[in-house]
Amino acid sequence: MNIAISNTSDKPIYQQLFEQISAQILKGELESGYSLPPIRQAATELRVSIITVKKAWEELERLGLIYTVTGKGCFVAELSPDEMLQRRKEMILKQMMIDISYYKSFGFTIEEVYELLKEVY
Amino acid sequence: MLALDIRNINKKYEDFQLKDVSFQLEKGYIMGFIGANGAGKTTTIKSILNLTRIDSGEIRIMDKAMHTHELELKQEIGSAFGDINFYMRNKIKTLTNVIKIFYHNWNDETYYSYLKKFNLNENKKIAELSTGMKVKYRLALALSHGAKLLILDEPTSGLDPVARDNLLDIFQELVEDGEISILFSTHITSDLEKCADYITYIDNGRIINSAEKEEFIDAYRLVNGKAEQLDLIKNDLISYKKNSFGFTGLIHTQDFDPSLDIKSTIPNLEEIMIYCAKKEDAHV
Repeated sequence: MNIAISNTSDKPIYQQLFEQISAQILKGELESGYSLPPIRQAATELRVSIITVKKAWEELERLGLIYTVTGKGCFVAELSPDEMLQRRKEMILKQMMIDISYYKSFGFTIEEVYELLKEVY
Repeated sequence: MLALDIRNINKKYEDFQLKDVSFQLEKGYIMGFIGANGAGKTTTIKSILNLTRIDSGEIRIMDKAMHTHELELKQEIGSAFGDINFYMRNKIKTLTNVIKIFYHNWNDETYYSYLKKFNLNENKKIAELSTGMKVKYRLALALSHGAKLLILDEPTSGLDPVARDNLLDIFQELVEDGEISILFSTHITSDLEKCADYITYIDNGRIINSAEKEEFIDAYRLVNGKAEQLDLIKNDLISYKKNSFGFTGLIHTQDFDPSLDIKSTIPNLEEIMIYCAKKEDAHV
């Protein structure tokens, strides 16, 4: 598991944690059954507060990306290929929405953006 | 379980008073206690430890009332004050031998393991220790008598950035197994941005807010706007500063109207403190 936290980012730290881990799960870098470090240990290692890690883990669990076994810890959940694809789409859609509003602010039409996209993709 | 439960502490001095100070710290977590110089941090801490008598209020530590269980509870509390020193010319060894007899649960093995961990040489005199070393010695003493609650007044003040970082690492390691709780006061808010779980903010003897850190910060927004927008929002701002590019101000998140074309960002603790203190000034 790779995590890089930025203190100057506008995003709260728990969100950075959540986003980075969920991306790694959805890209298949963390396989199902992978055991996440215990909350308090992760907090010490990442130098963030315990509650921050707890919140990130809870958010991952709420979205069904990880599950908790009492007394044993948290593990990456198993997602069906369909579900995986769906979640991956949601992930890039979220980023697209941000990017699109940026293109719009410069007054580009969808055709113009499409041409540019084809050039650089 | 609550490691620390403080309700409605009042303490009146001639020119300063603590007014209804209340906050709670859950066992196994770190709470940062912030406020400007003279805001009441040290007075609150002294009140908790019964080093100064309170006029009214209740202090409970690990589910026991301080005023009826003081001696018993003090076995379980480790405290350190920034400005109170030991006898300077004694060796660590000599001091420890005096101090340890006060504690039933003193453990020599633990003590030596912390001396080693903190790189403290017991044959050194207190006068020869750096500020960071003194804080570590305090911690070693507290941990060796099995303290479960550490109450530290400005433990990081006077430390260089490397020593501060090192100390914060130690704090986090201490709470890792969930048994030890830490309350520490500081005005160096960057110490807290990372490691504190809860923040309690005191100003002019009153608790402004005590909450889980991200919740605490999320209750405020820093807004940046053009000079002509100031009037739209002025009444809702906690305080603001003007400059030639416009204004910057602090607002309660609930009071901020996102439909206004004013840029808002999440503030850091320092900004919250500065703007809240500015508000107090405005009232005087």
